[in-house]
Amino acid sequence: MSGHESPGGHDHGHPHGHGHGEDPTHRHPPQPDLEDTPLARHQLMQMAVTSLLIEKGVFSAGEMRAQIEHMDTLGPARGAELVARAWVDDGFRERLVADSKSAAAELGMDLGPIPILVMENTPETHHLVVCTLCSCYPRFLLGLPPDWYKSRSYRSRAVREPRAVLAEFGTEIAPDTDLRVHDSTADMRYLVLPMRPAGTDGMSEAELAKLVTRDTLIGVTMPRAG
Amino acid sequence: MTERRHHDMGGLEAGLVDREDHGKAPWEKRVDALMVLLGKRKLLAVDELRRGIEELGADAYDRYGYYERWMASMTNILLEKKVIEVSELGARMAEIEAGARRELP
Repeated sequence: MSGHESPGGHDHGHPHGHGHGEDPTHRHPPQPDLEDTPLARHQLMQMAVTSLLIEKGVFSAGEMRAQIEHMDTLGPARGAELVARAWVDDGFRERLVADSKSAAAELGMDLGPIPILVMENTPETHHLVVCTLCSCYPRFLLGLPPDWYKSRSYRSRAVREPRAVLAEFGTEIAPDTDLRVHDSTADMRYLVLPMRPAGTDGMSEAELAKLVTRDTLIGVTMPRAG
Repeated sequence: MTERRHHDMGGLEAGLVDREDHGKAPWEKRVDALMVLLGKRKLLAVDELRRGIEELGADAYDRYGYYERWMASMTNILLEKKVIEVSELGARMAEIEAGARRELP
């Protein structure tokens, strides 16, 4: 175990002058009851590290702003697009399950260097994804993980009592359905390919994609028509 | 038999899942963006980030929020790799805290 003491720390016996907000130019009066939280210290650390890295030319302030703007646009749209295509094209579905990277490339998506395994739900088998050790997640396809995915409750219980966890999401899995839970790592991510819901026969691919939510791609819920 | 480490919580008992999403504060988005940019520059990989989080110790792990853990881990690893020095970091934090520096992307 290494682990530095948190750098730049100081005695927290005095009220600070800085605010907790995002703009360091905006100064609140001292609030001793809030000042000494670790939150404030890590925000300060973030500002200092960012400032030093920009000064050293590791990245520019513009790149930082662009990355934040990009983050705000991320969501499950790409994952939904893959699933909707798989629902209308059996050949694509088979290729997606066999090799998601090359199948996604057909739609102009680059899934990047970390393998993403696509787990296909069937009437006999339901798949559920977790990262028990931390929060690994196919961000490119789904956006940033929701808070519950990163929570102690989900990480602990998804592999212990997945049916109970699913019930909390309003999802009932029949006792004779095989429920498989996949534990993600930094080097292996998962995407659930849900079953196409009944009553969607006339729908276009774009309409189908709208039924595919983030939670259905993690496996905690199932898509419904309308 | 190896003892389970504090981050290795798969299979333990825990309470109900809080399904509400609380959104991300602007500073948390900056931490996330910082990680992405450092990844692109090959200065910090995801498995390193996690290793740093695991080395924070059980107390800090439980006390810190998600992005606080990230920030502590990233900072420690940048110090380890000498991308930044502890003295300049301490000085910069003090300057920002004193309001002497205000620039922020």
